[in-house]
Amino acid sequence: MGFYEKLMSLDRRWVYLCVAIAVVLPFLLEEFGVPIFIPPYITPEVKSVYNFVEKLREDDVLFLAIDYDPMAKAELHPVARAVLKQCFKKNVKVIISALSQNGPGMAEQLISQTAKEYNKVDGVDYVYLGYKPFPALVIMGMSQNFKLFFPKDYYGTPLDSLPMMAKVRNIKDTKGVIDVAAGSVADMWINEGAGRYNYPLALAVTGVMAADYYPFLNSGQLFGLVSGMKGAAEYEYLMEKGGYMKKEEFDASRGMPIQMFAHIVVILFIIIGNVGYFMSRRKKS
Amino acid sequence: MRRQLPILVVFISGIFMAIQYFVPSEPAEFVQEYAMDWVIVIGVFAMGLGLWSLTKVNWIKVQRQTPGWGYNLVTILGMVFMLVVGLIWDPGLGFFPGEKSQVSGTWFMNFFWYIYLPIQTVMFSLLAFYIASAAYRAFRARTILASILLVTAIVIMLRLIPLGAVSGINQWLANWILIVPNMAAKRAIWMGVGLGMVAMALKIVLGIERSYMGRD
Amino acid sequence: MSLVDFMWMSIGALLTLFTFSYLYKDNPFYKFAEHLVVGVSAGYFAVLLYYSSFMPKVIDTVFRPIEWKYFILAFKQIKPEYLLAALKGSQWWYLVPGILGVMMWTRFSRKLSWISRFSLAFYMGIGIGASIPLTLQNYVLKHLTSTIQPVNFTSLTGIWRLLIVILVFCTLVYFFFSREHKGAFGASAKVGIWVLMIAFGAGFGLTVMGRVALLAERVIFLRDYWVELKYFLYMLFKYGMLL
Repeated sequence: MGFYEKLMSLDRRWVYLCVAIAVVLPFLLEEFGVPIFIPPYITPEVKSVYNFVEKLREDDVLFLAIDYDPMAKAELHPVARAVLKQCFKKNVKVIISALSQNGPGMAEQLISQTAKEYNKVDGVDYVYLGYKPFPALVIMGMSQNFKLFFPKDYYGTPLDSLPMMAKVRNIKDTKGVIDVAAGSVADMWINEGAGRYNYPLALAVTGVMAADYYPFLNSGQLFGLVSGMKGAAEYEYLMEKGGYMKKEEFDASRGMPIQMFAHIVVILFIIIGNVGYFMSRRKKS
Repeated sequence: MRRQLPILVVFISGIFMAIQYFVPSEPAEFVQEYAMDWVIVIGVFAMGLGLWSLTKVNWIKVQRQTPGWGYNLVTILGMVFMLVVGLIWDPGLGFFPGEKSQVSGTWFMNFFWYIYLPIQTVMFSLLAFYIASAAYRAFRARTILASILLVTAIVIMLRLIPLGAVSGINQWLANWILIVPNMAAKRAIWMGVGLGMVAMALKIVLGIERSYMGRD
Repeated sequence: MSLVDFMWMSIGALLTLFTFSYLYKDNPFYKFAEHLVVGVSAGYFAVLLYYSSFMPKVIDTVFRPIEWKYFILAFKQIKPEYLLAALKGSQWWYLVPGILGVMMWTRFSRKLSWISRFSLAFYMGIGIGASIPLTLQNYVLKHLTSTIQPVNFTSLTGIWRLLIVILVFCTLVYFFFSREHKGAFGASAKVGIWVLMIAFGAGFGLTVMGRVALLAERVIFLRDYWVELKYFLYMLFKYGMLL
């Protein structure tokens, strides 16, 4: 067997090992005093989400939909956290829902941790509605009246007794929606939510989904789009520039060196695979 | 009648919901709100089907002691344990903890964070390894079309790698790819999907498509 | 970090390594983790559904407000006025969707599965009916109007708009299989497939980022656990030495 044939029939576990080394390398470099920080290139679609929240005033109400499962935590948790931090720092009130079936507990932990940091009070500064099945119908219902599907919040407190909900009847009474989603719930917000009731909507989605939502951005159905871990890193960078976060608090940006090395490995393997293929084909002919 | 009546129900409810969009009157909205609420209640009971099905499938395997039945027992025990700490007894909160079991720090949520979440996220993170392996084995520039795909993928992936002077050009190119050709292709796909969805929805509402009802 | 939190984190780290072991080959540790997650997620979802939907929509609206003493009296003394008094605060009409939901369970029975069609019909009709006008508006009409935008050659944006119109048209032509892809039609379809390949390439590039992000999160978790473990072992050693 020639060199190129051997290359083409490499056991996949060697590929896995190379990816594993690439992923661990940034931590080893950090241990040896060579931390890597990659300043992100800020895209207009991420900046428009940041600017939207930045323009909100004290006591304005923003709706934050945390619609992802723990699988997408790496890419989307940093965005949700950053938006919450920005709102709490600006004293903007937030209503949060979690329409993904495995996400409510994760969302609750994020909200309670971030609220504790800024001494925010449940029911006064934020309301966490929790989860209900059938997101499409729930989105339509919330756009008409929150109490239709959420007579109580996640903790069992009736919505009527929460001071913040006295002036807010439905989503149209808020300044807009930022949906952090990892599945078809994003489509439902576009279709059954903003598409029907005409309120501003931005999405933060996983990298896998991001490419699909550029048409909605172009048509004006979305005012912003944060794509995956890179988008989250861009948002964190803008947060640092705005004085809302410090570098030590970065989440997504910690993962960017791992992304860089893993991408280098994947690109190298694609090149090696193609070189091996063409060289072995040339040998055969 | 066993097929005709349900078709009539689909027709009436479907047409009402479609027309209600164009006639936003208070009575229509009132009916719509109740209809949506009722669907959620139906769905809650329907989801019990899934749980019952899971328990039944695993329990049969445990009873018959089929090879690997121990793993099926683990599944059932995991489910039972979550139901117990969530609904009946939490060591920290006592009996019938109510919604408090869903707050961080309870056994229910600790199971979620330290058992469910690690396993589920790792299962998905294995895809990173598979994608590298698949890229190595299958991603070949055999034809012009494959080469276009390959080159575009590499340009997008290079966004995350600092390339010095070339970085700026690459970032601009990657952004242009996303907002012009990618956007155009995805727009055409969305339009096709939208028309397909409307066609399918009309077929179901008009009773032409009946596969959801199952067989007699 | 408290000892209890460290123990929980250790369980998480152990299960993480069990699942990663699949990369080498399938093994009992991976199988154990795989089956455990199925059970735990089913249990989690059941509890969530109970508190988020069943309790507020069925128990709190129908059963909790019932005055049971009047309810029992109504059946003992057969007096309708007692029944009305018992049900005064209750939204008993929510029993109707409850019954429809229970009818869904007949799907498992071969003889009675036809009963479930009624609940399914209502469920499908409401969901699908609402989506017809919305899908047409948001996925078709809005995209059509935003594609046909004013074009000019004085700015890059104007030129890209013309390009977008051409590329969207060519991609739609590619998907039109009722006519043979020949001549000008075929050339447009060819441009369409090139555009699709660019889109799929972009999708692949973003997918790699998405998958690696999942891996990055777990690696960060393991690294944080490693830091805690080193501290724990150091404290254990320190107290061990003291003893």
